[in-house]
Amino acid sequence: MSQVTMDSSPRHVTIRRHGPILRLTHWINALAWVFLLMSGLQIFNAHPALYWGRQSNFAHPFLSMTASDRDPTRGITWIAGHPFDTTGWFGVSNDANGQPNERGFPRFVTWPSEQDLATGRRWHFFFAWLFVINGFAYLLSGIISRHLVRDLWPSWSDIRDIPRSVFEHVRLRFPRERHYNVLQKLAYVSAALIALPLMVLTGLTMSPGMDAAFPWLLEVFGGRQSARSIHFITATFLVLFVFVHVVMVLISGVINNMRSMITGRYVIEEEAHDPPR
Amino acid sequence: MIRPAERKLLISRRSLLRLGAIGAGSLLLAGCDDAVSENPRVLAVIDKAEALTYRAQRLILPRDKLAPEYSESDIAPEFRANGSTSPSDQTYRTLASANFVDWLLAVDGLVEKPMTLSLADLRGLPARTQITRHDCVEGWSCIGKWTGAPLSEVLNRAGVKPQAKFVVFHCADRFQDGVPDDLEPGESSAAGSGGAPYYESIDFVDAYHPQTLLAYELNGKPLPIAYGAPLRLRLGRQLGYKMAKYVMRIELVDSFAQFGAGKGGYWEDLGYEWYAGI
Repeated sequence: MSQVTMDSSPRHVTIRRHGPILRLTHWINALAWVFLLMSGLQIFNAHPALYWGRQSNFAHPFLSMTASDRDPTRGITWIAGHPFDTTGWFGVSNDANGQPNERGFPRFVTWPSEQDLATGRRWHFFFAWLFVINGFAYLLSGIISRHLVRDLWPSWSDIRDIPRSVFEHVRLRFPRERHYNVLQKLAYVSAALIALPLMVLTGLTMSPGMDAAFPWLLEVFGGRQSARSIHFITATFLVLFVFVHVVMVLISGVINNMRSMITGRYVIEEEAHDPPR
Repeated sequence: MIRPAERKLLISRRSLLRLGAIGAGSLLLAGCDDAVSENPRVLAVIDKAEALTYRAQRLILPRDKLAPEYSESDIAPEFRANGSTSPSDQTYRTLASANFVDWLLAVDGLVEKPMTLSLADLRGLPARTQITRHDCVEGWSCIGKWTGAPLSEVLNRAGVKPQAKFVVFHCADRFQDGVPDDLEPGESSAAGSGGAPYYESIDFVDAYHPQTLLAYELNGKPLPIAYGAPLRLRLGRQLGYKMAKYVMRIELVDSFAQFGAGKGGYWEDLGYEWYAGI
Protein backbone atom coordinates (compact mmCIF):
# COMPACT_ATOMS: atom_id res chain seq x y z
CA MET A 1 0.00 0.00 0.00
CA SER A 2 2.34 2.68 -1.22
CA GLN A 3 1.40 6.30 -1.17
CA VAL A 4 0.88 7.43 -4.73
CA THR A 5 -0.41 11.00 -4.68
CA MET A 6 -1.19 13.72 -2.22
CA ASP A 7 -3.97 15.97 -3.36
CA SER A 8 -4.63 19.57 -2.35
CA SER A 9 -6.37 18.62 0.86
CA PRO A 10 -4.00 17.37 3.51
CA ARG A 11 -6.50 14.76 4.63
CA HIS A 12 -7.19 12.97 1.32
CA VAL A 13 -4.59 10.55 0.14
CA THR A 14 -4.87 8.15 -2.77
CA ILE A 15 -3.29 4.83 -2.04
CA ARG A 16 -2.89 1.68 -4.10
CA ARG A 17 -5.11 -0.63 -2.16
CA HIS A 18 -5.33 -3.78 -4.28
CA GLY A 19 -2.71 -5.27 -6.54
CA PRO A 20 -3.54 -6.48 -10.06
CA ILE A 21 -3.62 -10.20 -9.20
CA LEU A 22 -5.96 -9.61 -6.29
CA ARG A 23 -8.30 -7.51 -8.42
CA LEU A 24 -8.33 -10.00 -11.28
CA THR A 25 -8.87 -13.02 -9.04
CA HIS A 26 -11.61 -11.14 -7.15
CA TRP A 27 -13.67 -10.61 -10.31
CA ILE A 28 -13.08 -14.09 -11.70
CA ASN A 29 -14.12 -15.40 -8.30
CA ALA A 30 -17.27 -13.27 -8.35
CA LEU A 31 -18.23 -14.59 -11.80
CA ALA A 32 -17.50 -18.21 -10.88
CA TRP A 33 -19.36 -17.84 -7.60
CA VAL A 34 -22.57 -16.64 -9.29
CA PHE A 35 -22.55 -19.61 -11.69
CA LEU A 36 -21.54 -22.10 -8.99
CA LEU A 37 -24.36 -20.91 -6.75
CA MET A 38 -27.05 -20.99 -9.43
CA SER A 39 -25.98 -24.28 -10.98
CA GLY A 40 -25.58 -25.67 -7.46
CA LEU A 41 -29.20 -24.84 -6.70
CA GLN A 42 -30.14 -26.56 -9.97
CA ILE A 43 -28.30 -29.70 -8.80
CA PHE A 44 -29.88 -29.47 -5.34
CA ASN A 45 -33.32 -29.37 -7.00
CA ALA A 46 -32.79 -32.90 -8.38
CA HIS A 47 -33.23 -34.15 -4.79
CA PRO A 48 -34.22 -31.20 -2.59
CA ALA A 49 -33.52 -32.89 0.73
CA LEU A 50 -30.50 -32.97 3.05
CA TYR A 51 -29.34 -35.63 5.48
CA TRP A 52 -26.66 -36.22 8.09
CA GLY A 53 -24.34 -39.19 7.98
CA ARG A 54 -23.09 -41.57 5.33
CA GLN A 55 -26.34 -42.14 3.50
CA SER A 56 -29.86 -40.85 2.97
CA ASN A 57 -32.45 -41.66 5.61
CA PHE A 58 -35.33 -40.77 3.29
CA ALA A 59 -37.92 -40.66 6.09
CA HIS A 60 -35.94 -38.11 8.11
CA PRO A 61 -34.16 -35.45 6.09
CA PHE A 62 -33.14 -32.54 8.29
CA LEU A 63 -34.18 -30.18 5.51
CA SER A 64 -36.47 -30.79 2.55
CA MET A 65 -38.58 -28.82 0.09
CA THR A 66 -41.75 -30.41 -1.21
CA ALA A 67 -45.26 -29.66 -2.39
CA SER A 68 -47.91 -30.01 0.30
CA ASP A 69 -49.69 -33.38 0.41
CA ARG A 70 -53.05 -31.68 0.84
CA ASP A 71 -52.59 -28.85 -1.64
CA PRO A 72 -50.05 -29.41 -4.43
CA THR A 73 -49.94 -25.66 -5.13
CA ARG A 74 -48.46 -24.99 -1.68
CA GLY A 75 -44.71 -25.33 -1.15
CA ILE A 76 -43.52 -26.62 2.21
CA THR A 77 -39.99 -26.42 3.57
CA TRP A 78 -39.36 -28.90 6.37
CA ILE A 79 -36.60 -28.03 8.81
CA ALA A 80 -35.89 -30.59 11.54
CA GLY A 81 -39.43 -31.91 11.22
CA HIS A 82 -41.15 -28.52 11.31
CA PRO A 83 -43.13 -27.41 8.23
CA PHE A 84 -42.94 -23.85 6.91
CA ASP A 85 -45.11 -22.55 4.07
CA THR A 86 -42.63 -21.25 1.49
CA THR A 87 -44.92 -21.16 -1.56
CA GLY A 88 -43.43 -19.19 -4.44
CA TRP A 89 -39.89 -19.66 -3.16
CA PHE A 90 -39.16 -23.20 -1.99
CA GLY A 91 -41.12 -26.38 -2.67
CA VAL A 92 -43.55 -24.88 -5.16
CA SER A 93 -42.89 -21.94 -7.48
CA ASN A 94 -44.20 -20.77 -10.82
CA ASP A 95 -42.93 -22.25 -14.08
CA ALA A 96 -42.30 -20.25 -17.27
CA ASN A 97 -46.07 -20.11 -17.91
CA GLY A 98 -46.89 -18.85 -14.43
CA GLN A 99 -48.23 -22.21 -13.28
CA PRO A 100 -47.32 -23.51 -9.81
CA ASN A 101 -44.74 -26.25 -10.15
CA GLU A 102 -43.07 -28.51 -7.58
CA ARG A 103 -39.36 -27.73 -7.36
CA GLY A 104 -36.86 -26.93 -4.61
CA PHE A 105 -35.56 -23.51 -5.59
CA PRO A 106 -37.47 -21.29 -8.03
CA ARG A 107 -36.44 -20.92 -11.67
CA PHE A 108 -35.14 -17.37 -11.23
CA VAL A 109 -32.25 -18.50 -9.02
CA THR A 110 -31.21 -21.70 -10.84
CA TRP A 111 -28.91 -22.15 -13.83
CA PRO A 112 -30.32 -23.17 -16.18
CA SER A 113 -33.71 -21.93 -15.10
CA GLU A 114 -35.59 -25.01 -16.33
CA GLN A 115 -35.12 -28.24 -14.36
CA ASP A 116 -32.10 -29.77 -16.10
CA LEU A 117 -29.68 -31.62 -13.83
CA ALA A 118 -27.31 -32.69 -16.62
CA THR A 119 -26.71 -29.12 -17.83
CA GLY A 120 -26.51 -27.80 -14.25
CA ARG A 121 -23.76 -30.31 -13.46
CA ARG A 122 -21.72 -29.46 -16.53
CA TRP A 123 -21.78 -25.75 -15.68
CA HIS A 124 -21.08 -26.43 -12.01
CA PHE A 125 -17.97 -28.48 -12.67
CA PHE A 126 -16.65 -26.08 -15.31
CA PHE A 127 -16.85 -23.16 -12.89
CA ALA A 128 -15.59 -25.35 -10.06
CA TRP A 129 -12.36 -25.84 -12.01
CA LEU A 130 -12.13 -22.12 -12.78
CA PHE A 131 -12.85 -21.32 -9.13
CA VAL A 132 -10.19 -23.71 -7.81
CA ILE A 133 -7.48 -22.59 -10.25
CA ASN A 134 -8.33 -18.95 -9.56
CA GLY A 135 -8.39 -19.61 -5.81
CA PHE A 136 -4.92 -21.13 -5.89
CA ALA A 137 -3.64 -18.10 -7.82
CA TYR A 138 -5.15 -15.83 -5.16
CA LEU A 139 -3.70 -17.81 -2.25
CA LEU A 140 -0.28 -18.09 -3.83
CA SER A 141 -0.08 -14.38 -4.58
CA GLY A 142 -1.53 -13.58 -1.14
CA ILE A 143 1.15 -15.66 0.55
CA ILE A 144 4.03 -14.32 -1.54
CA SER A 145 2.94 -10.70 -1.21
CA ARG A 146 2.14 -11.26 2.47
CA HIS A 147 -1.33 -9.80 1.78
CA LEU A 148 -3.00 -12.58 3.74
CA VAL A 149 -0.84 -12.15 6.84
CA ARG A 150 -0.44 -8.40 6.67
CA ASP A 151 -3.90 -7.24 5.59
CA LEU A 152 -6.36 -10.03 6.41
CA TRP A 153 -5.21 -11.90 9.48
CA PRO A 154 -6.47 -10.00 12.57
CA SER A 155 -3.85 -9.02 15.15
CA TRP A 156 -4.38 -8.97 18.90
CA SER A 157 -4.91 -5.24 18.84
CA ASP A 158 -7.55 -5.85 16.15
CA ILE A 159 -9.33 -8.34 18.40
CA ARG A 160 -9.33 -5.83 21.25
CA ASP A 161 -10.77 -3.30 18.81
CA ILE A 162 -13.87 -5.40 18.04
CA PRO A 163 -16.29 -3.57 20.41
CA ARG A 164 -15.30 -0.17 19.05
CA SER A 165 -15.57 -1.40 15.46
CA VAL A 166 -18.99 -2.89 16.10
CA PHE A 167 -20.10 0.44 17.58
CA GLU A 168 -18.82 2.31 14.52
CA HIS A 169 -20.67 -0.06 12.19
CA VAL A 170 -23.89 0.27 14.16
CA ARG A 171 -23.69 4.04 13.74
CA LEU A 172 -23.05 3.44 10.02
CA ARG A 173 -19.75 5.29 10.28
CA PHE A 174 -17.20 3.98 7.84
CA PRO A 175 -13.95 5.93 8.09
CA ARG A 176 -11.77 5.51 5.02
CA GLU A 177 -8.69 4.03 6.54
CA ARG A 178 -5.48 2.64 5.19
CA HIS A 179 -6.16 -0.78 6.66
CA TYR A 180 -9.20 -2.99 6.89
CA ASN A 181 -11.12 -2.68 10.14
CA VAL A 182 -11.32 -5.79 12.28
CA LEU A 183 -14.86 -6.73 11.22
CA GLN A 184 -13.77 -6.57 7.60
CA LYS A 185 -10.78 -8.76 8.38
CA LEU A 186 -12.94 -11.31 10.15
CA ALA A 187 -15.49 -11.32 7.34
CA TYR A 188 -12.85 -11.75 4.63
CA VAL A 189 -10.95 -14.43 6.55
CA SER A 190 -14.13 -16.40 7.20
CA ALA A 191 -15.21 -16.19 3.56
CA ALA A 192 -11.94 -16.49 1.65
CA LEU A 193 -9.88 -18.68 3.96
CA ILE A 194 -12.56 -20.80 5.66
CA ALA A 195 -15.85 -20.96 3.75
CA LEU A 196 -14.50 -21.16 0.20
CA PRO A 197 -11.93 -23.92 0.94
CA LEU A 198 -14.71 -25.71 2.84
CA MET A 199 -16.88 -25.55 -0.28
CA VAL A 200 -14.11 -27.20 -2.31
CA LEU A 201 -13.47 -29.96 0.24
CA THR A 202 -17.14 -30.81 0.84
CA GLY A 203 -17.70 -30.69 -2.92
CA LEU A 204 -14.88 -33.17 -3.49
CA THR A 205 -16.28 -35.42 -0.75
CA MET A 206 -19.43 -35.86 -2.84
CA SER A 207 -17.35 -37.36 -5.66
CA PRO A 208 -17.21 -41.17 -5.47
CA GLY A 209 -13.87 -41.08 -7.28
CA MET A 210 -12.35 -38.65 -4.78
CA ASP A 211 -13.73 -40.69 -1.88
CA ALA A 212 -11.78 -43.68 -3.17
CA ALA A 213 -8.63 -41.59 -3.58
CA PHE A 214 -8.94 -39.75 -0.24
CA PRO A 215 -11.21 -41.69 2.14
CA TRP A 216 -10.21 -39.32 5.00
CA LEU A 217 -12.50 -36.73 3.39
CA LEU A 218 -15.44 -38.87 4.50
CA GLU A 219 -14.05 -39.12 8.03
CA VAL A 220 -13.51 -35.37 8.28
CA PHE A 221 -17.06 -34.47 7.27
CA GLY A 222 -18.89 -37.45 8.76
CA GLY A 223 -19.98 -39.11 5.52
CA ARG A 224 -21.04 -38.13 2.03
CA GLN A 225 -24.50 -36.92 2.98
CA SER A 226 -23.11 -34.78 5.80
CA ALA A 227 -20.63 -33.31 3.33
CA ARG A 228 -23.51 -32.48 0.99
CA SER A 229 -25.36 -30.75 3.84
CA ILE A 230 -22.27 -28.81 4.94
CA HIS A 231 -21.75 -27.80 1.29
CA PHE A 232 -25.29 -26.40 1.28
CA ILE A 233 -25.01 -24.64 4.66
CA THR A 234 -21.65 -23.11 3.76
CA ALA A 235 -23.15 -21.90 0.47
CA THR A 236 -25.94 -20.27 2.49
CA PHE A 237 -23.33 -18.56 4.66
CA LEU A 238 -21.59 -17.30 1.49
CA VAL A 239 -24.87 -15.90 0.18
CA LEU A 240 -25.18 -13.93 3.44
CA PHE A 241 -21.56 -12.85 3.17
CA VAL A 242 -22.01 -11.63 -0.40
CA PHE A 243 -25.22 -9.81 0.54
CA VAL A 244 -23.54 -7.96 3.43
CA HIS A 245 -20.41 -7.41 1.31
CA VAL A 246 -22.39 -5.77 -1.51
CA VAL A 247 -24.44 -3.65 0.93
CA MET A 248 -21.26 -2.46 2.62
CA VAL A 249 -19.66 -1.63 -0.73
CA LEU A 250 -22.74 0.43 -1.60
CA ILE A 251 -23.09 2.36 1.67
CA SER A 252 -19.44 2.99 2.57
CA GLY A 253 -18.50 4.94 -0.55
CA VAL A 254 -19.42 2.96 -3.64
CA ILE A 255 -17.25 4.87 -6.13
CA ASN A 256 -14.16 4.71 -3.96
CA ASN A 257 -14.74 1.03 -3.18
CA MET A 258 -15.44 -0.02 -6.75
CA ARG A 259 -12.49 1.97 -8.03
CA SER A 260 -10.21 0.28 -5.54
CA MET A 261 -11.21 -3.16 -6.82
CA ILE A 262 -11.05 -2.15 -10.50
CA THR A 263 -8.04 0.20 -10.74
CA GLY A 264 -6.52 -0.44 -7.32
CA ARG A 265 -6.73 3.23 -6.27
CA TYR A 266 -8.48 4.09 -3.03
CA VAL A 267 -8.79 7.51 -1.39
CA ILE A 268 -8.30 7.50 2.36
CA GLU A 269 -8.68 10.16 5.01
CA GLU A 270 -5.50 10.21 7.00
CA GLU A 271 -6.00 10.44 10.73
CA ALA A 272 -4.70 13.27 12.90
CA HIS A 273 -1.69 11.36 14.18
CA ASP A 274 -0.38 10.88 10.67
CA PRO A 275 2.54 13.12 9.82
CA PRO A 276 1.53 16.57 8.54
CA ARG A 277 2.11 17.28 4.86
CA MET B 1 -11.29 17.21 -3.15
CA ILE B 2 -10.23 16.02 -6.55
CA ARG B 3 -7.91 17.71 -8.99
CA PRO B 4 -9.21 18.24 -12.56
CA ALA B 5 -6.94 15.58 -13.98
CA GLU B 6 -8.13 13.15 -11.37
CA ARG B 7 -11.76 14.03 -12.10
CA LYS B 8 -11.30 13.33 -15.78
CA LEU B 9 -9.92 9.95 -14.92
CA LEU B 10 -12.82 9.33 -12.57
CA ILE B 11 -15.34 10.02 -15.30
CA SER B 12 -13.71 7.60 -17.64
CA ARG B 13 -13.65 5.09 -14.82
CA ARG B 14 -17.28 5.81 -14.18
CA SER B 15 -18.12 5.04 -17.79
CA LEU B 16 -16.03 1.91 -17.42
CA LEU B 17 -18.13 0.99 -14.42
CA ARG B 18 -21.28 1.65 -16.41
CA LEU B 19 -20.02 -0.64 -19.17
CA GLY B 20 -19.33 -3.27 -16.56
CA ALA B 21 -22.81 -2.88 -15.14
CA ILE B 22 -24.35 -3.26 -18.59
CA GLY B 23 -22.27 -6.37 -19.15
CA ALA B 24 -23.29 -7.88 -15.84
CA GLY B 25 -26.92 -6.92 -16.45
CA SER B 26 -27.06 -8.56 -19.85
CA LEU B 27 -25.45 -11.65 -18.35
CA LEU B 28 -28.20 -11.77 -15.73
CA LEU B 29 -30.86 -11.24 -18.40
CA ALA B 30 -29.27 -14.03 -20.38
CA GLY B 31 -29.68 -16.14 -17.28
CA CYS B 32 -33.42 -15.97 -17.83
CA ASP B 33 -32.88 -17.56 -21.18
CA ASP B 34 -31.75 -21.16 -21.31
CA ALA B 35 -30.65 -20.58 -24.89
CA VAL B 36 -27.32 -19.51 -23.39
CA SER B 37 -26.89 -22.37 -20.95
CA GLU B 38 -27.63 -24.93 -23.66
CA ASN B 39 -26.01 -23.16 -26.60
CA PRO B 40 -23.83 -25.78 -28.33
CA ARG B 41 -20.88 -23.40 -28.78
CA VAL B 42 -20.99 -22.41 -25.12
CA LEU B 43 -21.35 -26.03 -24.07
CA ALA B 44 -18.34 -27.00 -26.19
CA VAL B 45 -16.25 -24.80 -23.87
CA ILE B 46 -18.07 -25.90 -20.72
CA ASP B 47 -17.53 -29.56 -21.65
CA LYS B 48 -13.76 -29.20 -21.53
CA ALA B 49 -14.16 -29.57 -17.77
CA GLU B 50 -15.33 -33.17 -18.08
CA ALA B 51 -12.15 -34.29 -19.84
CA LEU B 52 -10.15 -32.39 -17.22
CA THR B 53 -12.02 -34.12 -14.39
CA TYR B 54 -11.55 -37.54 -16.01
CA ARG B 55 -7.82 -37.04 -16.52
CA ALA B 56 -7.32 -35.52 -13.07
CA GLN B 57 -9.12 -38.34 -11.29
CA ARG B 58 -7.36 -41.02 -13.34
CA LEU B 59 -4.08 -39.31 -12.40
CA ILE B 60 -4.62 -39.11 -8.64
CA LEU B 61 -6.66 -42.26 -8.20
CA PRO B 62 -4.47 -45.38 -8.10
CA ARG B 63 -5.77 -47.94 -10.59
CA ASP B 64 -6.95 -50.54 -8.11
CA LYS B 65 -7.63 -48.26 -5.12
CA LEU B 66 -10.90 -49.43 -3.60
CA ALA B 67 -13.92 -47.31 -2.82
CA PRO B 68 -14.68 -47.26 0.92
CA GLU B 69 -16.46 -50.39 2.12
CA TYR B 70 -18.87 -50.36 5.03
CA SER B 71 -20.03 -52.78 7.72
CA GLU B 72 -23.22 -54.85 7.94
CA SER B 73 -24.70 -52.36 10.41
CA ASP B 74 -24.44 -49.61 7.77
CA ILE B 75 -26.70 -51.40 5.26
CA ALA B 76 -29.65 -49.16 4.38
CA PRO B 77 -32.98 -50.40 5.76
CA GLU B 78 -34.60 -48.94 2.66
CA PHE B 79 -32.38 -48.98 -0.44
CA ARG B 80 -34.02 -46.76 -3.02
CA ALA B 81 -34.77 -48.38 -6.38
CA ASN B 82 -34.35 -45.83 -9.12
CA GLY B 83 -34.71 -45.59 -12.91
CA SER B 84 -36.44 -48.65 -14.37
CA THR B 85 -37.94 -50.81 -11.67
CA SER B 86 -40.11 -53.13 -13.78
CA PRO B 87 -39.09 -53.42 -17.44
CA SER B 88 -42.03 -54.04 -19.76
CA ASP B 89 -40.05 -55.77 -22.51
CA GLN B 90 -41.85 -59.00 -23.51
CA THR B 91 -38.74 -61.17 -23.67
CA TYR B 92 -37.67 -59.91 -20.30
CA ARG B 93 -41.09 -60.61 -18.76
CA THR B 94 -41.01 -64.17 -20.09
CA LEU B 95 -37.55 -64.74 -18.60
CA ALA B 96 -38.62 -63.16 -15.30
CA SER B 97 -41.77 -65.32 -15.04
CA ALA B 98 -39.53 -68.41 -15.24
CA ASN B 99 -37.24 -66.99 -12.56
CA PHE B 100 -34.51 -66.33 -15.15
CA VAL B 101 -33.59 -70.02 -15.57
CA ASP B 102 -33.53 -69.47 -19.34
CA TRP B 103 -31.71 -66.14 -19.10
CA LEU B 104 -28.31 -66.03 -20.80
CA LEU B 105 -25.69 -63.31 -20.72
CA ALA B 106 -24.00 -62.82 -24.08
CA VAL B 107 -20.35 -61.74 -24.09
CA ASP B 108 -19.18 -60.77 -27.55
CA GLY B 109 -17.63 -58.06 -29.70
CA LEU B 110 -13.86 -57.72 -29.57
CA VAL B 111 -13.24 -60.93 -27.63
CA GLU B 112 -11.27 -64.03 -28.60
CA LYS B 113 -14.05 -66.34 -27.53
CA PRO B 114 -17.63 -65.06 -27.66
CA MET B 115 -19.69 -66.85 -25.03
CA THR B 116 -22.98 -67.05 -23.25
CA LEU B 117 -23.27 -67.49 -19.52
CA SER B 118 -26.24 -68.63 -17.48
CA LEU B 119 -26.88 -67.40 -13.96
CA ALA B 120 -25.52 -70.74 -12.71
CA ASP B 121 -22.35 -70.19 -14.76
CA LEU B 122 -21.90 -66.74 -13.22
CA ARG B 123 -22.51 -68.08 -9.73
CA GLY B 124 -19.85 -70.69 -10.44
CA LEU B 125 -17.21 -68.03 -10.99
CA PRO B 126 -15.15 -66.69 -8.08
CA ALA B 127 -17.46 -64.30 -6.23
CA ARG B 128 -16.91 -61.04 -4.41
CA THR B 129 -19.15 -59.53 -1.77
CA GLN B 130 -18.85 -55.84 -0.95
CA ILE B 131 -20.80 -53.37 1.17
CA THR B 132 -20.51 -50.16 -0.76
CA ARG B 133 -22.26 -46.84 -1.05
CA HIS B 134 -24.44 -46.13 -4.04
CA ASP B 135 -24.43 -42.44 -4.98
CA CYS B 136 -27.20 -41.28 -7.26
CA VAL B 137 -26.53 -38.35 -9.58
CA GLU B 138 -29.57 -36.73 -7.94
CA GLY B 139 -27.63 -36.43 -4.70
CA TRP B 140 -28.79 -39.22 -2.38
CA SER B 141 -26.79 -42.23 -1.17
CA CYS B 142 -27.69 -45.75 0.00
CA ILE B 143 -25.42 -48.47 1.34
CA GLY B 144 -26.00 -52.06 0.21
CA LYS B 145 -24.28 -55.42 0.17
CA TRP B 146 -23.62 -56.67 -3.33
CA THR B 147 -22.46 -60.11 -4.38
CA GLY B 148 -21.40 -60.99 -7.87
CA ALA B 149 -18.70 -62.11 -10.23
CA PRO B 150 -15.94 -59.56 -10.83
CA LEU B 151 -16.24 -58.42 -14.43
CA SER B 152 -12.54 -59.20 -14.85
CA GLU B 153 -13.30 -62.94 -14.34
CA VAL B 154 -15.69 -62.88 -17.29
CA LEU B 155 -13.41 -60.75 -19.45
CA ASN B 156 -10.42 -63.02 -18.81
CA ARG B 157 -12.43 -66.07 -19.83
CA ALA B 158 -13.68 -64.42 -23.01
CA GLY B 159 -10.23 -63.04 -23.86
CA VAL B 160 -10.05 -59.32 -24.55
CA LYS B 161 -8.74 -58.42 -27.99
CA PRO B 162 -6.04 -55.72 -27.86
CA GLN B 163 -8.06 -53.23 -29.90
CA ALA B 164 -10.94 -53.25 -27.40
CA LYS B 165 -11.25 -49.91 -25.57
CA PHE B 166 -14.65 -50.01 -23.90
CA VAL B 167 -17.05 -52.48 -22.37
CA VAL B 168 -20.66 -51.82 -23.40
CA PHE B 169 -23.60 -53.16 -21.40
CA HIS B 170 -26.86 -53.74 -23.28
CA CYS B 171 -29.92 -53.85 -21.05
CA ALA B 172 -33.50 -55.08 -21.14
CA ASP B 173 -35.06 -51.84 -19.91
CA ARG B 174 -36.13 -48.97 -22.14
CA PHE B 175 -36.67 -45.26 -21.56
CA GLN B 176 -38.79 -42.65 -23.33
CA ASP B 177 -37.52 -39.06 -22.87
CA GLY B 178 -35.90 -39.91 -19.57
CA VAL B 179 -38.93 -41.80 -18.24
CA PRO B 180 -38.58 -45.56 -17.74
CA ASP B 181 -40.91 -47.72 -19.84
CA ASP B 182 -42.04 -49.61 -16.76
CA LEU B 183 -44.85 -52.07 -16.33
CA GLU B 184 -47.51 -50.52 -14.13
CA PRO B 185 -48.83 -52.64 -11.26
CA GLY B 186 -51.58 -54.90 -12.63
CA GLU B 187 -50.33 -54.70 -16.21
CA SER B 188 -49.29 -58.09 -17.52
CA SER B 189 -47.13 -56.89 -20.37
CA ALA B 190 -46.73 -53.88 -22.60
CA ALA B 191 -48.15 -53.93 -26.11
CA GLY B 192 -44.84 -52.99 -27.63
CA SER B 193 -41.84 -51.39 -25.99
CA GLY B 194 -41.21 -47.84 -27.08
CA GLY B 195 -38.31 -45.55 -26.41
CA ALA B 196 -34.62 -46.25 -26.39
CA PRO B 197 -32.90 -49.22 -24.78
CA TYR B 198 -30.72 -48.55 -21.74
CA TYR B 199 -27.04 -49.06 -22.29
CA GLU B 200 -23.83 -48.03 -20.60
CA SER B 201 -20.10 -48.17 -21.24
CA ILE B 202 -16.93 -48.08 -19.16
CA ASP B 203 -13.22 -48.11 -19.92
CA PHE B 204 -10.84 -50.92 -18.94
CA VAL B 205 -9.54 -49.15 -15.83
CA ASP B 206 -13.02 -49.54 -14.41
CA ALA B 207 -13.69 -52.89 -16.11
CA TYR B 208 -10.71 -54.55 -14.37
CA HIS B 209 -11.23 -52.78 -11.03
CA PRO B 210 -11.73 -55.33 -8.22
CA GLN B 211 -15.03 -53.74 -7.14
CA THR B 212 -16.53 -53.87 -10.62
CA LEU B 213 -19.03 -56.69 -10.29
CA LEU B 214 -21.69 -58.39 -12.31
CA ALA B 215 -23.93 -58.52 -9.27
CA TYR B 216 -26.64 -61.14 -8.83
CA GLU B 217 -27.34 -60.61 -5.13
CA LEU B 218 -28.35 -57.63 -3.00
CA ASN B 219 -28.07 -57.99 0.78
CA GLY B 220 -27.63 -61.77 0.52
CA LYS B 221 -30.74 -62.41 -1.61
CA PRO B 222 -31.15 -62.86 -5.35
CA LEU B 223 -31.34 -59.44 -6.97
CA PRO B 224 -34.99 -58.28 -6.97
CA ILE B 225 -36.45 -57.00 -10.27
CA ALA B 226 -36.58 -53.41 -8.98
CA TYR B 227 -32.80 -53.50 -8.50
CA GLY B 228 -31.93 -54.98 -11.89
CA ALA B 229 -32.59 -58.74 -11.80
CA PRO B 230 -31.07 -61.02 -12.74
CA LEU B 231 -27.77 -59.15 -13.22
CA ARG B 232 -26.59 -55.59 -12.84
CA LEU B 233 -23.28 -53.80 -13.00
CA ARG B 234 -21.69 -52.46 -9.82
CA LEU B 235 -18.87 -49.89 -9.90
CA GLY B 236 -17.18 -48.62 -6.78
CA ARG B 237 -16.06 -45.23 -7.96
CA GLN B 238 -18.79 -43.80 -10.18
CA LEU B 239 -22.38 -42.60 -9.86
CA GLY B 240 -25.45 -44.82 -9.99
CA TYR B 241 -26.48 -44.22 -13.59
CA LYS B 242 -23.30 -45.93 -14.82
CA MET B 243 -24.37 -49.16 -13.11
CA ALA B 244 -26.58 -50.68 -15.76
CA LYS B 245 -29.44 -52.90 -14.54
CA TYR B 246 -31.05 -55.85 -16.40
CA VAL B 247 -27.80 -56.57 -18.27
CA MET B 248 -28.43 -58.90 -21.23
CA ARG B 249 -25.29 -58.56 -23.25
CA ILE B 250 -21.73 -57.38 -22.77
CA GLU B 251 -20.04 -56.16 -25.91
CA LEU B 252 -16.41 -55.11 -26.21
CA VAL B 253 -15.82 -52.31 -28.68
CA ASP B 254 -13.16 -49.88 -29.78
CA SER B 255 -15.68 -47.02 -29.99
CA PHE B 256 -19.22 -46.48 -28.69
CA ALA B 257 -20.11 -43.99 -31.42
CA GLN B 258 -22.46 -46.49 -33.08
CA PHE B 259 -24.81 -46.85 -30.09
CA GLY B 260 -27.70 -44.49 -29.36
CA ALA B 261 -26.63 -40.90 -29.87
CA GLY B 262 -22.99 -41.99 -29.58
CA LYS B 263 -22.22 -40.63 -26.12
CA GLY B 264 -21.67 -44.00 -24.49
CA GLY B 265 -24.85 -44.46 -22.49
CA TYR B 266 -28.56 -43.73 -22.26
CA TRP B 267 -28.17 -40.79 -19.84
CA GLU B 268 -24.99 -39.66 -21.55
CA ASP B 269 -27.04 -39.28 -24.75
CA LEU B 270 -29.28 -36.91 -22.77
CA GLY B 271 -26.35 -34.76 -21.66
CA TYR B 272 -24.95 -36.44 -18.54
CA GLU B 273 -21.19 -36.93 -18.28
CA TRP B 274 -19.73 -40.20 -19.56
CA TYR B 275 -17.25 -40.13 -16.70
CA ALA B 276 -19.35 -40.06 -13.55
CA GLY B 277 -16.63 -40.20 -10.90
CA ILE B 278 -17.79 -36.79 -9.71
